[in-house]
Amino acid sequence: MVPLSYYLTLGAVLFVIGVVGVLIRKNIIIILLSIELMLNAANINFVAFSHYLQDITGQVFVFFVMTVAAAEVAIGLAIIIALYRNRSTINVEDISLMKW
Amino acid sequence: MNFSWFQLVAIAPEIVLTIGACALFLFDLAIPKHEKDKLGYFAIGILAVAFYGSWKLAAVETEIFSGMFTLDPYATYFKMLVYLAGAITILLSMTYLEIEKIHLGEYYGFILLATAGMMVMVSAGDLIMIYLGLELLSISLYIMAGFKRHESRSVEASAKYLILGSFSSAILLYGISILYGIAGTTNLKGLGAFFAAGAVDNPGLLLSMSFLVVGFGFKVAAVPFHMWTPDVYEGSPTPVTAFMSVAPKAASFAVFLRVFAEALGGVKAHWQPILITLAVATMVLGNVVAIVQTNIKRMLAYSSIAHAGYALIGIIVGGGLGTMSLMLYLMIYALMNLGAFGVVIILRKGGMRGEDIADFTGLAKKNPVAAVIMLIFMFSLAGLPPTAGFVAKFYLFMGAVEAGLVWLAVVGVLLSAVSAYYYLRVVMVMYMREPGRDFDLATSPAASLALIVTTLAVLFIGLYPAPLIDATKAAILQVP
Repeated sequence: MVPLSYYLTLGAVLFVIGVVGVLIRKNIIIILLSIELMLNAANINFVAFSHYLQDITGQVFVFFVMTVAAAEVAIGLAIIIALYRNRSTINVEDISLMKW
Repeated sequence: MNFSWFQLVAIAPEIVLTIGACALFLFDLAIPKHEKDKLGYFAIGILAVAFYGSWKLAAVETEIFSGMFTLDPYATYFKMLVYLAGAITILLSMTYLEIEKIHLGEYYGFILLATAGMMVMVSAGDLIMIYLGLELLSISLYIMAGFKRHESRSVEASAKYLILGSFSSAILLYGISILYGIAGTTNLKGLGAFFAAGAVDNPGLLLSMSFLVVGFGFKVAAVPFHMWTPDVYEGSPTPVTAFMSVAPKAASFAVFLRVFAEALGGVKAHWQPILITLAVATMVLGNVVAIVQTNIKRMLAYSSIAHAGYALIGIIVGGGLGTMSLMLYLMIYALMNLGAFGVVIILRKGGMRGEDIADFTGLAKKNPVAAVIMLIFMFSLAGLPPTAGFVAKFYLFMGAVEAGLVWLAVVGVLLSAVSAYYYLRVVMVMYMREPGRDFDLATSPAASLALIVTTLAVLFIGLYPAPLIDATKAAILQVP
């Protein structure tokens, strides 16, 4: 049987990769994918805990998270298309009309 | 599993709003372009029906759907707040949308959906519901922020909000997953019982708590998680900015308090220092950076960051007085901030953006009524008597003193004095400078009604706060 800590480590590594991706990548689509990685890191935690605690809540939570993530990506891609039509770029460094 | 019809009655206001929003999306197809106002009034009607429903359910205190959904006076109070904010926003929006040529029925639909999301949030009895409500709210707001889809700034605001909003949701979710692993439940009452049972010495607890603070900190725009606020507030259509600076903030604070008082109340010693640091940083940065702003929407964005710092004091103090002062503060803040944005909205007409503080130059000479209204809101935001802003800050700082955090109250008062500088600068520009142009305000009966209601409310609460204070006292969150 695979110990719980293996799953938690996998989740933590995925989460960190996601955070670093959001912070250093310039392409908005890659950033959205990095956010998906972070959500899935949480999902792995939920499923692992759910299995080891013998409690169904975590798995239910995962289904909701997947649904919400799908909705978020749909809206996200729509916004990225609107942005591309306006500015002809999806590089976050070029999206800087407003700053103080 | 037991199902009773009462459970559906208890969530009737949420059901009404969701069905209303879907109906709006459909009606939009059948309504000709110049009559979209009707959809706005329809949305206000839906909000009124939901308001009536919540009014009838005000005395009910129950848990339904296996503890997923809590109906208590605390939740009902915040539902009333978001109905009010939604209705005032709709009244302020109609003329603005026409001028910006974005008068689409979907706008009102998304306001209703965002309101439904906030209602789920404040009524949540389980972390799953908090996450779902938060996402329903956030996704609606991402769309509304980019509603001027042919204007670069608006779409840019929307994209920034999307990235940072979903980033913070993901962090919050990771925190929730660790919390679930520690306690074995996501129910708030269950978590509360678990942490109250004994000293929890688990490094994971501190980790998950930090993630929760980061997630909620993003939503309420606390420093250092505030970076999105000025850009998003500046780029979004002004009525959307008005809406998102008050209603989601109030709902997020309501959830923030519920999670930290009800679920994590047993480990308050761990999170109190984190929140005190956050509150001080938020008050300092918000107030100081607001001074150098020239765009009024950006200035009000930093002011809203500063106000989030004041409101955090309510959570830090906790207990009866802290909860009551936080509820009072959020209601008053909603009224005065909506009003201040209302004046900015009616300045937008023709070629005038009306977004720079310089655009207010000499307003008092040309339109004394609008100038007096703006003056009242600026005084109230600065916390000067006899306006409602004074009452709000008074109770917050009194709570801090009673909790033994005198220095925190002193910091708050000093920074309120700093804030008077940038609020009164707007007043100075309106009254002391000669107008360089004619003002042609986009006044409409709807916008005037919204401004009159907010002005009178701010003055009335400032002079006679007793009814609102009694209402908050009756609705204090009951922590076991």
